[in-house]
This record gives sequence, structure tokens and C-alpha cells, in this order.
Amino acid sequence: MLTMDLAALVLATIITAATPLVIAALGEHVVERAGVLNLGVEGMMIMGAALGFAGAVTLNSSYAGLAIGAVAGMAMAAVFGLFALGLAANQVATGLAVTILGLGLSGLIGQPFVGQPRPPLGALAIPGLSSLPVLGPALFTQDIVVYLSIGLVVAVAWVLNTSRAGLILRGVGESHSSGHALGLPVLKARWMAVLFGGLCAGLAGAYLSLVYTRFWSPGMTAGRGWIALALVVFAAGRVGRLVAGAYLFGAIMIAQLHAQAGAIGIPSQFLSMLPYVMTIVALILLSVSGRRGAGAAGSLGQPFAPDR
Amino acid sequence: MALVLSPRGPASRLREVLTPLAAFAVAMAIAAITLALMGKSLKVALEVYIIEPMTSSWGLQEVILKATPLTLIAVGLIVAIRANRWNIGAEGQFVVGGMAGGAVAIWANGWGGFWVLPLMLAAGALGGLLYALIPAALRNRFGISEILSSLMLVYVAELLLDYMVRGPWRDPKAFNFPKSVNFDAAATLGPMVTGGKLHWGVVIAALVVLLAAALLARSLFGFAITATGEAPRAANFAGFDDKRITLAVFGVSGALAGLAGVIEVSANIGQLQPSISQGYGFTAIIVAFLGRLNPVGALVAAVALSMLIIGSETAQIMLKLPFDMTRAFMGLLLLSVLAGEALTRYRLEWK
Repeated sequence: MLTMDLAALVLATIITAATPLVIAALGEHVVERAGVLNLGVEGMMIMGAALGFAGAVTLNSSYAGLAIGAVAGMAMAAVFGLFALGLAANQVATGLAVTILGLGLSGLIGQPFVGQPRPPLGALAIPGLSSLPVLGPALFTQDIVVYLSIGLVVAVAWVLNTSRAGLILRGVGESHSSGHALGLPVLKARWMAVLFGGLCAGLAGAYLSLVYTRFWSPGMTAGRGWIALALVVFAAGRVGRLVAGAYLFGAIMIAQLHAQAGAIGIPSQFLSMLPYVMTIVALILLSVSGRRGAGAAGSLGQPFAPDR
Repeated sequence: MALVLSPRGPASRLREVLTPLAAFAVAMAIAAITLALMGKSLKVALEVYIIEPMTSSWGLQEVILKATPLTLIAVGLIVAIRANRWNIGAEGQFVVGGMAGGAVAIWANGWGGFWVLPLMLAAGALGGLLYALIPAALRNRFGISEILSSLMLVYVAELLLDYMVRGPWRDPKAFNFPKSVNFDAAATLGPMVTGGKLHWGVVIAALVVLLAAALLARSLFGFAITATGEAPRAANFAGFDDKRITLAVFGVSGALAGLAGVIEVSANIGQLQPSISQGYGFTAIIVAFLGRLNPVGALVAAVALSMLIIGSETAQIMLKLPFDMTRAFMGLLLLSVLAGEALTRYRLEWK
């Protein structure tokens, strides 16, 4: 029985570790479908983590904190949009600027909150399913954000693949000049995608500080925003692969934590390298499997300034 | 009615120079307003961030010392960005360069001669070069975005350094502190004049700027880089090999970042420790853009940013402002520079 409980516990922590990756990568997936490369994910995430935590402590509500974190991420995305879309500035440089700005601002905002603990977010047990052995406590006794992330995945896949709005979004991503010539609202579609991406990244960051670690520390996203970007590449346009990849990374993160605690003889620094090295390995495997560039939108990363 | 972008003609030389200055001024103005809203004294801020670093002999030397690694790294990044290759892992190449040079210093500790320093510098540059070739090779062979792979390798390099100074390279006499032995005189890049603080690394950085400026403006290599960046198809038809350019620009930028790393370790830190960079690799990206992707411009930009970094050290005490304030300002500055770039290319019009 004990091992079953342990298995359920490990599975549950993997889900908690993977959820911010699922949400942030899903947001960036939509952004990249619209043809925009937003390298500001890390900055939007850390702002979500800092402001979400600050908001939760101030209002004494983790739910309010999650909402504030999401809005903070969206505000950073608006900054990105203003420059990368409004002024047609270089998207790579704009994204880096947003990340640097976010890392600095989050440090300032979070400073008074360092070391303060937060209570865990309550778990919502799904009646019936939650009494299954192992899977019940792991999958169906989770917090609301985990369920929300799954709902979001389904909704995004549905909107992108079946709705008219999704078609327009993918169309302007594939070729903004053709889209513009057809009279499609290129910039509007991209703005919506970028703001949605920011909302997701902010929520993911707030989840990190309010649920995963339950404290704020500067720079705590530790490259997760970049891993989310890599997951989008890895997904090669398919939401299912994106979710699978995110859960795989959650598993790697938890596995290396357990290995560090278990003192298996490998220096902890090498275990900490795993997520970063695995990101590169995953991209190599993707390329070897022949799917290189299969999913990237045609106009990805190119600024758009309508000529008429 | 909507605000739209309409293209301008080619920018004049004057506008090219004025744009980054205007961007700097705008970012400073926003920072000043923020400080005023936070209830900080602007007079003290001006004193701390600009006047003191730039007028006292102590401050000026410190500014030049900090500008040295920034300039070296930024010049390398400029070469890469001009070819439209994004090496955002210079921080990692800096760390690996410091480690490679540091390894020589630790090995030769106590018995090395005049040859130690040149060997260290060469090892540092080579270390950075090889580490930068990883993302370049991954891009060439597997089509992997160099942005993501070079950044991931920053974390790997930092963790490797952490392991080395806590493990194999730890000084047995250092009471378990995670640091290597102190480098001996043969491994220390000393001051140019006794009593002063400026070391020969400053001269190396200045020479690199001149060399890069000449190379970019006058050589076939410089032309191939710019052509690849601005018109990849045309460059291809002209016979410039896309993959070789990738390897070349990553090699150059990695070598310069590695050189900056070994200089920092040898001249300023004097040993290896868990952290040897204050984010120079990332700050250099801003330096490159503020310098308008021009080596001489980068030198000026590096001095400006280094002034603010030195100022922020005093500001932590005088104004109770953490270093994050400076980092946020740098993000703001980069955005401001990008807006300036956009407004030299486009005019905002109501239509």
C-alpha cells in the first residue's frame, strides 16, 4: 500500500511541475501559430510569479493571486505587442528586452515578499474518479489550475483547428502578406494571440510561486519560460505533443529532485543540468525523426508593416 | 483613423548617431520619473549613477574595467547579429572561457612562468569558441534554433563551474569554501602602471574594437556576414556558404566572450568561484544594440552601461535601490533603442 501511495504522490508532483509548462507553452503555441516569435515568455512568467505572489499575500487569497499573475503576464505581453507589432520592431530583440525588464521588475516587486510562505491551494476531488487507486489521488484530486490547464488545451486545439477565428489566426501566421491582401486583420489577430500568450505565461508563473514552490524567490522561473519555447518547437504544431512534452519535462524535473535527495552518487549539479540538456536532446530527436520545421508558421518571426 | 507605419527613406548619418542618444535620454527620463514616484532624491541619483562614476579617478577606472568585458562580448555579438545569427548564450561562453583559463592557472599554480598568462588567454578564447560552436553545429546539422540551444547551455556552464569549484578545483586550504586556490603572480593580469587599476585587458578590448571595425567595414568576411544577414538568398548565390558563416560568427563571438571571461577571472577575481559573471553576457546584448551593431558604437555604449552598473553598486547603499532596478532599466533601454530604430525606418501617421 505504501508504494502505491508513494506512486500517487510522485505522479501528483509531476503534474504540479508540468502544469506551468503546459500553460505557458500552450500560450506561446498560439502566439507562434499567428506568426509571432515571443522570446519574452520567461519575463512574462516571472512577472506573473512575483505579482501573483504579492497579490495573494496582500489580498490573502491565492485565487486572486493567480488572476493578478495572469493579468501581469498580459501587461508584459502588451509591452511586447506595442514594440513588436505596433512598431514592427525586431521580435527576437523585443522578446529579450521584455525578459530582461521582467527579471528586473519582478525582483523589485517581490523583494518585500521574500521568505513569506503561502498555504497550499485546496484540492478539488472529482467525485467517483478520485477514489480510483493511485490514479485517483494523483489525477483527480488536483487543484483547480490543473483542471483548467486541461480544459485550456482542449479549447485551444478546438479553436485553432475548427473555428473560423482559428483559421484566420493560422492564415496570418502562414503568410501575413497574403492574409493582408485577402483583407484579414493581421495585426488584430496577432495582438489577440500575443495577449493570450501573456495571460497564459503570467498564470503559469503565478502557479509556480503560489502552488509549486509556495514562496517567492528572485529568478525562480529558472529558464522554464525558455523550456516552454522549446516545447513549442518540439510540438511541431501539434497540441497533443506539446502536452506530452510538458509532462515528460515535469517528470524529468521531479526525477532529478528525487535523485538529488536520494544521494545516488551523481553530483547534484549534473542532475540539475538535466532539464536544460534534455531540451537540446529533445530538439535533436525531433530533427532526427524528420519533423524538423514541420510545424513552424511560414511568417514566424517576421515583422509586419502593412504597405497600404 | 488609426496610427499606421509608413516607410521613410534611408536615414542620414546624423540621425544614425542621434537615435541611440535619444533612446538613452528617453529611458533615463522614464527612470527618473519612476525614482521620483518612489520618493527617491533625483539629485542623489544623478550624483550616484552619473557624476561620481564619471568624474572621480576611482569611478572612471572602475567604469573602464567593467566596460572591458562588455565591449569584448558585444563586439562578438555584433558580428553574429549582423549575420542574423542570435547567440544569446554569451554568458555561458564567458563562464567556460573563465573556467578554461582558470584551469591553466590552477594547474601551473606555484611553478609556472611567463608563459602562463598567454596560455590562459588562449585557453579562455578557445574554450569560449568551442562552447559556442555547439549551438552553431546543432543549427547546421539539425536545424535547431541557436537561440534556444545557446541559452540552455548558459545554465549548463554555470552548473559545471559550480561543480568544479565545489569539487575537483576546490582549494583544500580554504576551509570548505567553494573556491579554487588564489592565482599566483604568473597567472594574474596585473595593472599597466603600478598603483593603477587598469590592466592590459583594457588594451586588448580596444584593439579588438578597431580590428572588428576594420574587418566588418573593409573585408570580404565582413561583407559576407552583412550579406548573409540582410539578403540570405543573394548571399547564397554569391557563393557565401550559409553554414560556414554560422560557424564563423559563433566562433568569433564565443572566442571573444571566452576571452572576456578569462580576463575577468585573471585580472579582477584572482580565483575561480561559483559565480564569475554579473550577467555580462546578457548586458552585452543591450550594449550591441545601443551601439547600433557597430564596434565603436558598442565601446561607447559599454562605457555608458558600465557607468550605470558602477552607480548601482553605490545606489544600493545610498538610495536603498537593489541591482534589479538597474536590470529593469536595461530592459527599458533596449525597448527604447528598438523604438528608436523603428522610428528611423518608419514614420507614424494617422490614416
